[in-house]
Amino acid sequence: MARMKFLCDADRCIECNACVTACKNEHEVPWGINRRRVVTINDGKPGERSISMACMHCTDAPCAAVCPVNCFYTTADAVVLHSKDLCIGCGYCFYACPFGAPQYPKVGNFGSRGKMDKCTYCAGGPEADGSKEEYAKYGANRLAEGKLPLCAEMCSTKSLLAGDGEIIAQIYKERVMKRGYGSGAWGWKTAYRETIES
Amino acid sequence: MASFGRFIRLALGAWALLLLVSMAPASAQQVNPTASSVKEQQLLQELNRIQGRVSIPDQRSGVLEQPQGREWREFRNVTLRWIGGIAILGMIVAIVIFYLTVGMVRLEAGRSGRTIVRFNAFERFVHWLTATCFIVLAISGLNITFGRPLLLPLIGFEAFSEWSQWAKYAHNYLSFPFTLGVVLIFLMWIGGNIPNKVDIEWAKRGGGMIGHDHPPAYRFNAGQKMIYWIVVIGGGLVAASGYALMFPFYGTGIEGMQMAQIVHSIVAVLFVAAMIGHIYIGTIGMEGAFEAMGSGEVDVNWAREHHSLWLDEQMARTGPNDGQPQPATAAAE
Repeated sequence: MARMKFLCDADRCIECNACVTACKNEHEVPWGINRRRVVTINDGKPGERSISMACMHCTDAPCAAVCPVNCFYTTADAVVLHSKDLCIGCGYCFYACPFGAPQYPKVGNFGSRGKMDKCTYCAGGPEADGSKEEYAKYGANRLAEGKLPLCAEMCSTKSLLAGDGEIIAQIYKERVMKRGYGSGAWGWKTAYRETIES
Repeated sequence: MASFGRFIRLALGAWALLLLVSMAPASAQQVNPTASSVKEQQLLQELNRIQGRVSIPDQRSGVLEQPQGREWREFRNVTLRWIGGIAILGMIVAIVIFYLTVGMVRLEAGRSGRTIVRFNAFERFVHWLTATCFIVLAISGLNITFGRPLLLPLIGFEAFSEWSQWAKYAHNYLSFPFTLGVVLIFLMWIGGNIPNKVDIEWAKRGGGMIGHDHPPAYRFNAGQKMIYWIVVIGGGLVAASGYALMFPFYGTGIEGMQMAQIVHSIVAVLFVAAMIGHIYIGTIGMEGAFEAMGSGEVDVNWAREHHSLWLDEQMARTGPNDGQPQPATAAAE
């Protein structure tokens, strides 16, 4: 089985937000929730850079480690998923996540955040693959159909790569070699404790 | 045909020229257009977080990366469990040892059969309001820290999740009456709980628990004053940090919430340990003590042994209420 990862080639990201839109549309994500977002650092200044970020599906995921009810699980493809039936909406995964991935439908008070929602790597949840229940809770399960996450598939500049970690790292390395520069795989050190040497 | 041959040659020449022209910038392509752009590791080293601008309405999602969640994870999963485990189990072990060696602190003079009012109905109501809330809050809170390793394997995922969900609601909503109780306790008993010289003497003589010594005390002795300040300060801290977690992003970011959770959980486990000690002394640890918060009336001999200065004050004011028929209290024992 593959070890699925995301890689955002920050030298290519043009902040078009197509990944954000594709994700919202594919999974019919409710208002106020963004499983993926594009962050622009030093916006409008020299040295500006945009990076598309979602759940990185970390190795030894912090969210899973701190969850009081142990609602997270890692698939054979190393995708970090969770069960909304078990989630109690406590917010602990949100405190632990380095990437701000967990989202709550209610920004609400009195601790009623609702069930946590996050990027599923287009791999659904614990329900039967492609079922109505799975779609309602987690969105589409493209991985079960043999397709990669839509955000990366839709990326206009192929900045965002999704797929087996070794393959996308190889693609990125070749790019860096060919063009002669690269700012590294953003978030990889934090998420996977490794980076791509280039 | 000749004109066609010339055309071909011209076309090929133009193609070669185009190729040459396009090759020129390709050879100079080693220029990095984003050389001056920000670098991930450099940003993380400088600020320990990477933040930018997002075009979606949720501006909080502008934080791209903040790896300090790892330290918080270490605290929550390891440090806190050690602190809580040692504090709570340590307190229970200490109490068991104390009970087995020293046993219940008896009334040395026995019961007089006459009683004196120690806590009125309102005081007892506030105490039990706070106490019942505290017990629910403590159990539901400990469930968040210790439930996953201890309870989940016993009852399974679904049942544990269901229970934790209700426990969370109870924890969140009972925080309001609990906070009210702490505020009322603070206002109601502040008068008797300012430390003074008598406390030093009381503490030097080991209080009422060790030996047969009964150092004088006013309405609250040094030990009770300690409990009072633990409730007021501890309760204040858990309430403040708890509300920071219940109302996310009202004045705190993620780091603020991590800090709030650290304060909340450390104070809470110590609070629980202290209250286990308080419950012990108030029930099986000391003869005649529970009545103070039960019926509200204590035996005069109990008052003389544990709160002699307070008894003198009360006697001077009203005298013991020995006009009342007493057997009810005495018979209940």
